[in-house]
Amino acid sequence: MVEPVISMAKKARSRLAYAAAFTPPLLDPEAREPELIAGPNGKAAKKRYNVYRNNVTVSLVNALADTFPATQRIVGEEFFRAMARIHVRQSPPVSPLLFEYGRGFADFIEGFEHARTLPYLADVARIERAWLDAYHAADAAPLKPDALASIPPERLGQAAFTAHPAARIVRSRFPAVTIFALNRQEGAVGRLETAEPEDGLVTRPRLDVFVRRLPPGGAVFLERLIAGKPLGEAVAAALEDNARFDPAANIAGMLEAGVFTAVAVSEGGRR
Amino acid sequence: MSTKTLIGAAYLASAVTAALATGAAAAPLSEAEVKAAMDAGMEKCYGVALAGQNDCAAGPGTTCQGTSTVDYQGNAWKFVAGGTCETMELPGDRMGSPEALDRDIPS
Amino acid sequence: MAGMPIVNRVEAARFPAFPVGGAAGASLKPEHLAAIHADPAPVGFFEIHAENYMGAGGPPHAALAAIRERWPVSLHGVCMSIGGPQPLDKGHLKRFKSLVDCYEPALVSEHLAWSTHETTYFNDLLPLPYTQATLDRVAEHIEEMQEAIGRPILLENPSTYVIFKESTLAETEFLRALVRRTGCGLLLDVNNVFVSATNHGYSALEYLADFPLEHVGEIHLAGHAEQEDDEGALLLIDSHDGPVADAVWKLYGIVIGRRGVVPTLIEWDSDIPEWPVLKAEAAAAQVILDRHAVSQMRSMAHG
Repeated sequence: MVEPVISMAKKARSRLAYAAAFTPPLLDPEAREPELIAGPNGKAAKKRYNVYRNNVTVSLVNALADTFPATQRIVGEEFFRAMARIHVRQSPPVSPLLFEYGRGFADFIEGFEHARTLPYLADVARIERAWLDAYHAADAAPLKPDALASIPPERLGQAAFTAHPAARIVRSRFPAVTIFALNRQEGAVGRLETAEPEDGLVTRPRLDVFVRRLPPGGAVFLERLIAGKPLGEAVAAALEDNARFDPAANIAGMLEAGVFTAVAVSEGGRR
Repeated sequence: MSTKTLIGAAYLASAVTAALATGAAAAPLSEAEVKAAMDAGMEKCYGVALAGQNDCAAGPGTTCQGTSTVDYQGNAWKFVAGGTCETMELPGDRMGSPEALDRDIPS
Repeated sequence: MAGMPIVNRVEAARFPAFPVGGAAGASLKPEHLAAIHADPAPVGFFEIHAENYMGAGGPPHAALAAIRERWPVSLHGVCMSIGGPQPLDKGHLKRFKSLVDCYEPALVSEHLAWSTHETTYFNDLLPLPYTQATLDRVAEHIEEMQEAIGRPILLENPSTYVIFKESTLAETEFLRALVRRTGCGLLLDVNNVFVSATNHGYSALEYLADFPLEHVGEIHLAGHAEQEDDEGALLLIDSHDGPVADAVWKLYGIVIGRRGVVPTLIEWDSDIPEWPVLKAEAAAAQVILDRHAVSQMRSMAHG
């Protein structure tokens, strides 16, 4: 008696198939509304279904607009919403937490043909995404300068740091930090006077999120330290990256920005 | 990665000493930092704290948006970037150059 | 209070246990935080959307803790997807539980709706057919959530724009059965009743007559918007972007008259007004609640 069991299971499945039938047209404007719905007394439900289709699309476009305000300001609302709508339909959220949405948006922008004339746009979006990550990151007290002062000078080369949960680095071949900052402030955005590449540092030592432009070699230096490499190695790598790297200014800067929460000297590690 | 540069203990120690001396006194990362006032502050007020909020309301009066197909096809794209990018033409030609597209993202 | 059972709690409560009984509250919006803290008597309680506080840390938690120190909080989930056919997201259940543990909310609620299918989150409260099969599934989900968070939830009736041809149960029957099977309570959204009744051409009063009011632990009121369906008939949208409609206030008065006082929330989620406007809506609900509380006491005194 195998057959009836299978057909019963099939029947049970089909009775719960409403989600599979209801969802595909939500993100596909070409698709017809699902068969299984209607208005009262069997009335047509096209416009009724469109309420859901619309809520989904518009609310997700809104979510991107809220998360990427500088990106929107750069291209204007109409362009941004049209671009965001394409992304929403291609890559809808996979988490129910809206503040997690938009992680693929910068990569999407980078490959988006109509944004090709604004090659810095993707990096601005990366900074904005990092901003929201930092905003929701776990709270942690930044490293106190005394902790570094207490390490014996001869062992400083082996000092390794624990990154603050909010710390993020965004590297750019464009002046992305300046463009980000100009477009997040409320005043008018004037002519931009730099074409220099800029690396950004995003931190949230307490409640406020800070975005800074890193000095030469700073990104390589901090990336090494965040990855757990010891201070000596990070300084060497930064100097190789850029001969203008200033260790004292960068160490002072990282303490002030709150990039790390702890420091320890690795025992018997590399020399 | 092989590190060619050798960092001496004395070099590091003096860097840390110098950092701690200027350090805790809210030293900015560079002079340019101060000038550009890159510190948050100004973007704090922009209302970004409202980003990514879940709510349970439906959006009214926007029915057309969800069903518009005109903007769905690439060749029907009719939108021109009309924001602050218009005033942010960067000096030099590099912004628009195709070379800039295949940038390698530093890791 | 003599005669009250003493509940032994192993852990000391982090926050004061404020009563929420006959109070009118408002949605907590970040825009209003400063005005709320500056207001000597804002509203009776605040409701938050749970998901907005599911980050690891930062300003959202600092803001919520500061509110919870002073007022009762209602925790309202918007995307558990209880009404969906697929299993609940275990990670989301865990996050929800930690919010309940952390903030000790006076009320906890979710929707009779769904929003995730397979791995896609649609960010909307989507409708479900009312059948024996969906009833079984939704009941399992409610039980799973209640078990996970260690307390009963209030389930909210939805606003809907379509009906499913396969539905065999009325929404009120469906809710009644869920209450019986899972022990959950109900969050009666009076605006949703009005919106759905208008959209589907039935009487809101009849719906309310069938609604198990004795299990209602919270009421929602909100504004709606007007559109048209394919045949030009009025189609109401649950937009939460304006004041509560007169017809909804009228229904609310009837519900309170029958049910007695219940914590009542004004929801406002888009086109958010200045704090005093939202507060005034909550104050209007408070007047209705207080008037009824007085007449209840009078009739008790005479009875």
